[in-house]
Amino acid sequence: MTEAALSPPAEQSVPTAPAPPEVSSLRLVLTLAVGGLVCGLLLVLAFQATLPAIQQNKEAAIERAVREVLNAPQRFVALFVHGGKLVAEAPAGVDAKGLERVFLGLDAASRPVGFAMVSGEPGFQDTVRLIFGCDAEGRTLLGMKVLESKETPGLGDKIEKSAPFISQFKGAAAPIVGVKAGDGSGKAEEIDMITGATISSKTVIRIINNKLEKMRPLLEAYGVETGP
Amino acid sequence: MKQTTPSQDLLAGIWKENPVLIQVLGLCPTLAVTNTVANSLAMGIATFAVLCCSSVLVSLSRKVIPNEVRISAFMLIIATFVTVADMCLEALVPTIHKALGAFIALIVVNCIILGRAEAFAFKRPVGRALLDACGNGIGFMVTLLIMGSVREVLGSGTFLGFSLFGPGFEPWVIFVLPPGGFLTLGFLLLFVSWREQRAALRAAGADAGAAARRVA
Repeated sequence: MTEAALSPPAEQSVPTAPAPPEVSSLRLVLTLAVGGLVCGLLLVLAFQATLPAIQQNKEAAIERAVREVLNAPQRFVALFVHGGKLVAEAPAGVDAKGLERVFLGLDAASRPVGFAMVSGEPGFQDTVRLIFGCDAEGRTLLGMKVLESKETPGLGDKIEKSAPFISQFKGAAAPIVGVKAGDGSGKAEEIDMITGATISSKTVIRIINNKLEKMRPLLEAYGVETGP
Repeated sequence: MKQTTPSQDLLAGIWKENPVLIQVLGLCPTLAVTNTVANSLAMGIATFAVLCCSSVLVSLSRKVIPNEVRISAFMLIIATFVTVADMCLEALVPTIHKALGAFIALIVVNCIILGRAEAFAFKRPVGRALLDACGNGIGFMVTLLIMGSVREVLGSGTFLGFSLFGPGFEPWVIFVLPPGGFLTLGFLLLFVSWREQRAALRAAGADAGAAARRVA
């Protein structure tokens, strides 16, 4: 980005003078074109320089989230949803990046401890995206973590920040039911909703129930297929 | 063009011509992202960097950019630096990048940056342009930090995420919500203009006193 790079040849006049001389349109177009070219080049360089770090951050964030909602399994593997089934590897000719992923947590003896999956639906402000973990049969939840939300600070964002709310998902029986805080009867499927953030709380519950309903046949089929 | 010294160029933006408090520019990020100190700081640093880089480049290329297309050229330069800043933030501090969201990209339309390019950098040598950009960038950053501190301390009871008042504190949630931004900025502007008015009155009083002594 130097002066020389932006400067077309010839033309020495300084256009900031009170009565600027007529400038040819060619020079105007040329200035912007050369400027655009140089800026574009700079953007490509910056993009390539930052891309590895950005991708690494995203993978690390997913890994942290999976470990959290599956109660720190020994290790976990990514399965792909393809053709109504969970497959360990993307079939030939299909780009793995385009497929939805479900994460299977394994204990020290390589037995499955549960599945973690990402889902999102519209909340109070914008789409809420979250990841949750359930046991291998899809009957009991293991944990929930909000990945992305723009819910109201101080109220709706408690779905992300309130430890008492989040910890309820650990061990809850699916499908879960939201109850007004304090009105619950202590059943395993009940989740106390956040006072003042009913819509956000219901969104979280709806996301988990919908996703789990859709995925349970796949989880069960996978369990039968691989066998105990 | 008014003649100024280099130190005046630097200092004007920090207090006497503070971009937010006196020029009342760049209010969108000032209101939107100052709900925590960390967000304010990140926004301040990003804007500072973009402002300095674009002012320097605008000043360097002021002789080759024809007057007719100067605004388009400024936007090109500013947009490039903002996109680079956006990528750098995403690579270095992903959590803050997520919290600031669209407001990083919106630095492009921050009128402080375009304002300094048009009003100052396009007509001055590069050193002066850099000093002016630094001054305005620091002024903007300091204002954001004041807003962020007030709003986070009152609205969440924390400072940079550290709890200040213990569990007994009931946070004034409104301060982290949009109305809290308007309230805080309103009181800040009120305080600044009250000080200015008082200084003007005092100066007038001193003049009158001197005149009275001369008469006597």
